[in-house]
Amino acid sequence: MARAVTTQRKAITTVFAWAVAFLIFFPILYAIITSFKTEAEAIAGFSLIPSGTLESYKAVEAQNSYFKFFVNSVIISVGSTILALLVAVPAAWSMAFSPTRRTKDILMWMLSTKMMPAVAVLVPMYLIFRDWNLLDTRLGLTVMLMLINLPIVVWMLYTYFREIPGEILEAARMDGASLFNEIVYVLTPIAVPGIASTMLLNIILAWNEAFWTIRLTTTNAAPLTAFIASFSSPQGLFWAKLSAASTLAIAPILIMGWFSQRQLVRGLTFGAVK
Amino acid sequence: MGKIVLEKVSKSFGAASIIPSIDLTIEDGEFVVFVGPSGCGKSTLLRLIAGLEDTSGGRISIDGRDVTDEAPAKRKLAMVFQSYALYPHMTVAKNIAFPLKMAGEDKAVIDRKVADAARILNLTNYLERRPGQLSGGQRQRVAIGRAIVRQPSAFLFDEPLSNLDAALRGTMRLEISELHHQLKTTMIYVTHDQVEAMTMADKIVVLNAGNIEQVGSPLDLYRKPKNLFVAGFIGSPKMNFIEGAAAAKHGAHTIGIRPEHVAVSNTAGEWKATVGVAEHLGADTFLHVQADGIGPLTVRAGGEVPVQHGDVVWLTPDAAKLHRFDAGGIATAG
Repeated sequence: MARAVTTQRKAITTVFAWAVAFLIFFPILYAIITSFKTEAEAIAGFSLIPSGTLESYKAVEAQNSYFKFFVNSVIISVGSTILALLVAVPAAWSMAFSPTRRTKDILMWMLSTKMMPAVAVLVPMYLIFRDWNLLDTRLGLTVMLMLINLPIVVWMLYTYFREIPGEILEAARMDGASLFNEIVYVLTPIAVPGIASTMLLNIILAWNEAFWTIRLTTTNAAPLTAFIASFSSPQGLFWAKLSAASTLAIAPILIMGWFSQRQLVRGLTFGAVK
Repeated sequence: MGKIVLEKVSKSFGAASIIPSIDLTIEDGEFVVFVGPSGCGKSTLLRLIAGLEDTSGGRISIDGRDVTDEAPAKRKLAMVFQSYALYPHMTVAKNIAFPLKMAGEDKAVIDRKVADAARILNLTNYLERRPGQLSGGQRQRVAIGRAIVRQPSAFLFDEPLSNLDAALRGTMRLEISELHHQLKTTMIYVTHDQVEAMTMADKIVVLNAGNIEQVGSPLDLYRKPKNLFVAGFIGSPKMNFIEGAAAAKHGAHTIGIRPEHVAVSNTAGEWKATVGVAEHLGADTFLHVQADGIGPLTVRAGGEVPVQHGDVVWLTPDAAKLHRFDAGGIATAG
C-alpha cells in the first residue's frame, strides 16, 4: 500500500515537473517555431505548426551580419569572464581562508549592488564611458560586464573555496609554497569544478546581458543582444524575423548550456549538499 | 640539526589566553610527544612552532636562529597533518615531489628523492595513484613521504594516527618510531592518546589548559608524576585516587595506586571489595570493584582470574608503589 502511494506520488511529481519545465521553455520553443514561419503566418494567430520557410533567416542575415555580432558576444562574454576570474580568485581566496570580522559584511555589500536597479546608474555610467572614449568599444563593455557579474563570481568561488580543507593549503605553506604557488598549484586545480561552473554561468550571464550592451554600443562592439534589438524598430515589429534573430542569438549559449548542464548543476549545488 | 627552544611563548585568541607562557627545550634528534586532553593547547603549540599561527609573545628559535616571525616555509620544518592534507589532484609521486619542486630542485634530484622516500615507505607500487585511490594507512605514508624528502630540521606530527583504525594505528606507530631511529631527526608529535605518547616518546610534555604540567621520559612520568593531573593522565587504565581515612593512614591527603599495583586475593587483604564488572582479556583481567569505605577502584590482575560480578575479593596495594599527594594535588615524598 505504502509503495503504491509512493509510486502515485512520484508519477504526479514527475508530470508536474515536466509541466513546469515545459512552461518555462515554451517561449523559447515558440520563438524557434515562429522563426520558421512567414511574417503573414507569424501575425495570423497562435499556431504550433510553421510552414518551415527559411526566409526570415535569409532576411536577417541579409539585413545584418550575424557573424560580426556573434564575434562581439564571444569576445565580451569570454573576456569579461576571464577578467572576473582574475580578480575574483584572489578575492575569494582571502575571504575564505583569511577572513576578518568584516568579511561577511563585504560579501553582503557586494551582493547588495546586484539589488540596485541598473537604470539608477545609467546616466553616470554613460557619461563616464563617453568621457573615457569607451562607448561602443569591446574593452568598455568587457570591463562593464566583468564589474556587473563580479559579485556573483566572488560569491560562487567563495562558496567553493570554503569547501576546501584549510589544512591542504597549510600543508602547501609548510612545503615551501609562496602565496602565488599555493593559489596556482594547489587551490586552483582543486577548485577546477567550481571555477568551471562559475565560468560557464558567467559566460551565460554576460551573453544574455541586454541592458548595458544595448545602451553602450551602436555598431562596432554590439553583441547579439543588440542584434535582436535591431529587428524591433523602427519600421514596426516583424515577428518572424525577430524570432529568427532571437533563435540565432540564443543558439550558441543554448548548445553550450545543454552540453555543460551536468557541470552547471554540480557547480550550482556544490555547497548545498555535503 | 634540529634543536628547538621556546622562551615564554604565549598565544591568545582575542581575550582568551590559550597558552599563557611556555618555556621548553627540545634537543636535536629527540622524539618529543605533546600529550594532553582535548583543548589543552597542544596542537596550538605545534602550530606556533610550525609558524601556522603567530605567537602573541615570546621567542621561538631553531638551531639558535630566531624564527618567531618567519614564514612556515622558511623554518625548515615538515608537518604531517591529522587529515593527511594530501593534494587530491596530484599523484603520489607528485605529492611527494611537491616540496622539492617548490624548492626549485632539478628533476633528476626530485626523481631520485621521490624514489628513495617511496622505497622507505613501501609506496613504490603506488606512485602513479591519486590519494583517493589509497587506504588510510597508505595516505598517511604519503604524507610522511612528503615530509621526509625535504630533509627538514624537525618533523611535526599533528595527531597523525587519529583517523586510522586501531590495528593500523599500532602498525603506523611502529613505523614512525622506526623512521625516527633511521633518520635520527627531531620529531614533535601531538596526541591525546597516552599509549602513543608512552610507546613512542623519548620525552613527553604533558599539557593542561595551555600550561606544561610535567616534562620527562615516559617511565619518569609513570613512576614519578608531579601532580594528580599527570598521575591520572599517564597510565592505562588510569590511576586510582583515594582520599579520606585510607589516605590519612599513609600520611597524605590523597593517595594514588595504579591498577596493576594492587594484589587480588580471595581470602585476605587490606581492603574488602565487591566485584562489579570483570573484563577477562586473557593476558589480563580488569576488575572494576566497589571497595568498602573507599569507593570504586580499578584493578589489573595478570592472567586469568576466575571472579565474576558480585564476588567478594580482598585487595592489597603495593606500599612501595603508592603515590602521595597533598591537598593541592602536588606529589609529596613517601
